[in-house]
Amino acid sequence: MTESVHSEAQAPAKTDVFGFLARFAPLIFLIVLMTGFAIGEPRFLTPLNLFNILRQVSIYGLLAVGMTFVILTAGIDLSIGSLVAFAGLVAAAVSKGGVSNRFTVGAGQEAASYGWYLAALAAIGVGLAGGFLQGFAITRLKVPPFVVTLGGMSAFRGGALLFAAGGPISGFEPNFVWMGQGRVLGEVPVPVVIFVAFAVLAHVVLRYTRYGRQIYAVGGNPEAARLSGLNVRAVITSVYVIMGFFAGLGAFVLAARLNSAEAVAGTGYELTVIASVVIGGTSLFGGVGTIFGTVIGTILIGVLLNGLVLMNVSAYVQQIIIGIIIVLAVAFDTFAKSRRRVG
Amino acid sequence: MKPLLRMSLISKRFPGVQALDDASLEVLPGEIHALLGENGAGKSTLIKILSGAQQPDSGTIEFGGQSVTFVSPHDAQRRGIVTIYQEFTLTPNMTIAENVFIGREPGLGVFVDWRKMASETRAITKRLGLELQPMSIVRGLSVAEQQMVEIARALSMKSRLIVMDEPTSALSSAEVEKLFRIIRELKAHGLSIIFVTHRLEEVMQICDRYTVLRDGRLVGSGAIANTTIDGIIRLMVGRQVNALFAHREKTPAGDVVLAVEGLNRRGNAQDQNASVLADVGFEVHRGEILGVAGLVGAGRTEMARVVFGADPFDSGRVFVDGRQVRIRSPQDAIRHGIGLVPEDRKQQALFLALAVRVNLSMASHQRIMRWGVFMDETAERAMVEEFRKRLNIRMASPEQLIASLSGGNQQKVTLARWLALRPKVLIVDEPTRGIDIVAKVEVHNLLFEMARSGIAVVAISSELPEVLAISDRIIAMREGRISGEIKGENATEEVLLSMMTLSAKAA
Repeated sequence: MTESVHSEAQAPAKTDVFGFLARFAPLIFLIVLMTGFAIGEPRFLTPLNLFNILRQVSIYGLLAVGMTFVILTAGIDLSIGSLVAFAGLVAAAVSKGGVSNRFTVGAGQEAASYGWYLAALAAIGVGLAGGFLQGFAITRLKVPPFVVTLGGMSAFRGGALLFAAGGPISGFEPNFVWMGQGRVLGEVPVPVVIFVAFAVLAHVVLRYTRYGRQIYAVGGNPEAARLSGLNVRAVITSVYVIMGFFAGLGAFVLAARLNSAEAVAGTGYELTVIASVVIGGTSLFGGVGTIFGTVIGTILIGVLLNGLVLMNVSAYVQQIIIGIIIVLAVAFDTFAKSRRRVG
Repeated sequence: MKPLLRMSLISKRFPGVQALDDASLEVLPGEIHALLGENGAGKSTLIKILSGAQQPDSGTIEFGGQSVTFVSPHDAQRRGIVTIYQEFTLTPNMTIAENVFIGREPGLGVFVDWRKMASETRAITKRLGLELQPMSIVRGLSVAEQQMVEIARALSMKSRLIVMDEPTSALSSAEVEKLFRIIRELKAHGLSIIFVTHRLEEVMQICDRYTVLRDGRLVGSGAIANTTIDGIIRLMVGRQVNALFAHREKTPAGDVVLAVEGLNRRGNAQDQNASVLADVGFEVHRGEILGVAGLVGAGRTEMARVVFGADPFDSGRVFVDGRQVRIRSPQDAIRHGIGLVPEDRKQQALFLALAVRVNLSMASHQRIMRWGVFMDETAERAMVEEFRKRLNIRMASPEQLIASLSGGNQQKVTLARWLALRPKVLIVDEPTRGIDIVAKVEVHNLLFEMARSGIAVVAISSELPEVLAISDRIIAMREGRISGEIKGENATEEVLLSMMTLSAKAA
């Protein structure tokens, strides 16, 4: 009896030290990295440069927030890059005043525009619909998420190519473009404001609502969740809808920032986004992870890529580095999981 | 006659359990030997040691007059001891011949001599009097045919001793007859068989001698001709009822809360047409503890899962408080006030990566919400504190991961999860599996308290002393049917065992 009480008292302390390290490892890594860059390049730590990095990562960040919901349920979404391209083109066409005059070029189109808010709604609508279709296929047709979203990756890209019919859609009304290129409060880029606002909202949902609880439960042990009376299928479908929402929103902001939408936009985003989420401590096995971690993971990858660009490292090498990071992050997660099981 | 196998003074300890305590077993050449005992008596462990899957802490094994030690199943097979487990180890997408010779394919180098493999397989199946095509795929075979493939594999290994673990549990009576014919054939060829079963009629029918284990010890051994079913049951049970089991004042039962009628379900993982539940019907009253006894695979867990909406069923009706209800998911069951504490805590109940607090409140979120959306964590902590005191849950903090609690405390949290919902009916499946004796008594007292507060408790347990100690009334299940019912005060282990093991016509 004494022995069991003793071991029970010790176990949480051990778990907590390890849990603390696991949770703050990305943040520590980020600080080390930023310190290194700051020493090497004095202009690195200026507010302007930091906001530039943040602006660069804000679209990845929006997608990573959505991806956190998906990965928390032990799912994955490979289709987001294609969905971003498709939704961006639809938003662009709406901004241009409709599908028929989507390729008209230059100024003077403001009269025909349906306005930036309708463009945003259209992009988000496309994202929601794409997410729901995939969630439906996963929960009702019982096809694994990896396969469904691999199919979506191909189908949405095909849809985007069809819709674009060869050319980019460029030149939007100023209000639309401001959503991607504008700044508020002097230096803060609008995309950063959007990213931070939705990250905070997502954090509140996951941490404080019943729905957030259900996501962790379904991801941690779907059978136990079902036997506790949770609607597991609805929860799983919903995370792909949420991912779709963020893909649509990200597509809108991306089109605004580039003042253009094209069918090859978003290529390869899925990998960077999944890497951001995983490096931020969210477990690919489901049930473990935070939005805070995802934000840190996103910034970490942004700073790393920014630094590599400054160091004149080629884009090809950057891809190699992201690939290695994703494998190492999962290896770390597997190790952490085996530690959890021991307790 | 010199014994073929002599296992002497074998002991094996697992964390918290002495599985075998100086157990012994002797098998003569050319005999069919029954290895008997209740669930947990140590039969499985003894077989695993014999087959090399586990190593004993102490004791000796002699086989064919030589002292042997097996460090792996391969070791035992090389000596001529083959074990056929309840779950077959066949590879379903391969042919019969490949399965028979798996790992020992005849041929040259990396190339397999298919013709030789097929002809040798045919020779073996012919010897067994079977009509099996060596090149047909195993997946399409019936359970009985797959078993024959296992036996063919054993013969191809030139074995001298075949251990069969519950070989008849999944067979129809015609298939059992066929199996027995083959077992007698093997015996006539000089092989020895160890036959592990709960079906005592079959033991009387086919076995020559028997060995009975109880609590990891040898309690009796002899010739079948010199004993009776009753004699064997007495040996299997004959223990002092554990003094630690709590007793209680039986209170008069109230109205019927849950009634089930004519529940049928066909089809399990192995066989689409297997009858899992057949015409199952029972009632539970307010404030009553209904014990459900039965062997592993008798349909107890399946019944619980169907009533709780976790598995589908083909036909049948469920009534709560006299009104028929439609239960097609756990959510439906919970809405009608039915809860289930499942048998496998880690796989089916716990969220190991989440805190005790979150685990405890998982089924009762409605009670601790604000504005229909947010969790009220203050109310949640109060709820956890209430149950910590009431159930004496030993934990450092409600924020502790549930994985770091002991099994008994994990089980109390699982029970609290359902108590927080104030159910009308709570089904508990193996409520004390894998928890220590002190926690066990606490769980029993908790079940009593639940019954006193008016909950109808359905308690499934493989431990007969537990069923006897806690139940007001007991139903027994066998092969998916209710095979008997008895009042708790009239029940004994002997009576329950015969209800669980004997077919209706024999009982």
